[in-house]
Amino acid sequence: MAPVVTLKNVNKVFGTAAKPTTVALKDINLEIQPREFISLIGPSGCGKSTLLRTIGDLIEPTDGALTVNGKSAREARTNREYGMVFQAPVLFDWRTVIKNVELPLEVMRVPSSERAAKAREMLKLVELEKFEKHYPHQLSGGMQQRVAIARALAFRPGLLLMDEPFGALDEITRERMNAELLRIWQETQTTVIFVTHSIPEAVFLSTRVVVMSARPGRITEVIAVDLPYPRNIETRESPRFFQLVTAVREGLRKGEAMRVAS
Amino acid sequence: MNERLQRVAPPLIVFVCVVVLWEVLVRALRIPQFLLPVPTAIIQALGETLGVVFSSAVYTFRSAVLGFALGCAAGILVALATARWTTVREGLMPLAIAVNSVPILAFAPIVNNWFGTVNPTSKIVIVAIITFFPMMINMVRGLTLVESNKLELMRSYAATPFEAVRKVRVPNSLPYMFNAFKVCSTLSVIGAIVAEYFGGPRVSLGVYILQEAKLFRFDNAWAAIIIAALMGIVFYLVIITVERIAIPWHASVDK
Repeated sequence: MAPVVTLKNVNKVFGTAAKPTTVALKDINLEIQPREFISLIGPSGCGKSTLLRTIGDLIEPTDGALTVNGKSAREARTNREYGMVFQAPVLFDWRTVIKNVELPLEVMRVPSSERAAKAREMLKLVELEKFEKHYPHQLSGGMQQRVAIARALAFRPGLLLMDEPFGALDEITRERMNAELLRIWQETQTTVIFVTHSIPEAVFLSTRVVVMSARPGRITEVIAVDLPYPRNIETRESPRFFQLVTAVREGLRKGEAMRVAS
Repeated sequence: MNERLQRVAPPLIVFVCVVVLWEVLVRALRIPQFLLPVPTAIIQALGETLGVVFSSAVYTFRSAVLGFALGCAAGILVALATARWTTVREGLMPLAIAVNSVPILAFAPIVNNWFGTVNPTSKIVIVAIITFFPMMINMVRGLTLVESNKLELMRSYAATPFEAVRKVRVPNSLPYMFNAFKVCSTLSVIGAIVAEYFGGPRVSLGVYILQEAKLFRFDNAWAAIIIAALMGIVFYLVIITVERIAIPWHASVDK
């Protein structure tokens, strides 16, 4: 199968060519296959969000080749192939829950009857169908983030880009959201790229964990996660889970050591 | 209902106490009527002069509301233009903020001279100028202080710039707009009355208060001031009511 995302020697330098201030991404090479769940993990400033935003065409790479489904990132964006979820839910306060989920469909000129039906289907997927008439400020943080996920999936994008979506949630809610996201991923068969700085979260969710290090931001290791499905509480308590968590942690430490040495 | 009573009762009690204290103190200390009339005398004067005070108030309120409408409409339109063309904003905003701190009422005699002292246009124009700047400044804030993630989201949907203005910036500005309406409602009533102090038709609150004060009929002047205060309060309440209906989603509205 053709890869969904291909990155070849992608660099991103902030500042001007004459006066480069930060090398945010250095020689990034990565191929992401359809239906993969990829986590980008690393310390703050390692460029994981920059990488995600570059793939989503919110930032332009300085050089290198980036293709999404065989096209440029810009074409993929104007073709509406991305669903975005940020750390904050970014719900529109003036819209009810269902109207928030309908927003991308409105922009994409989907007829209104179809819009409501699709939005309801998505709300059912995130188990919030009873809250469609509520306003965002009437929901808890976890519920708001579920609405954001429903909105991102409403137009069935091929690629879901998530930038620390559960970073602001408490540990218990976070684990529940992880299980829910895994279920949604399996039901929708979407490719997911997921930025996090939680090691257990990355291991629990991913098919592969991409470990990054800072200054310059680069990929130091890619760890395949072979945990069986369905993944649940027992998965989190299995010896293999701990082995993988340890592997990721060591990868992070190695990246840190490389940085200090260079 | 009980909760509502609990909210309304304390300010009501304070208000009644102040009025009673006013009456008692003025009488006990034998403060002369021309310095401070007692509340009962003011109420009596209001009863006797209600006809003329009411028609004066209607005239002044009309100037205030028309000026408010004109100034706010212009402020909103200019702000929308700045949201679309950034260069307009960069050129206008520092100037607007500077002008906003100028006491515009000082221009009242000049504006009276332009449009004629007894012509209502002179008062409407002053009120419009006074309300224009706070409206525009607030509205520009509402249109520009938008969470960048919201705009990125629209970008990821490949939305047009116009759609981003319509679906993100404009709704985002509504709470700011209502805040400006509240400020401007009070400003417009003050503006209209003070502009009339510099000259206006006989049947207007400003001229009436000035004339009664000159003739030492202070109880009549006070009666008119109370009507002016009520006017401002009513205007403000109307805006709060419209706000509740128009933006029920805003957290400040939710009770």
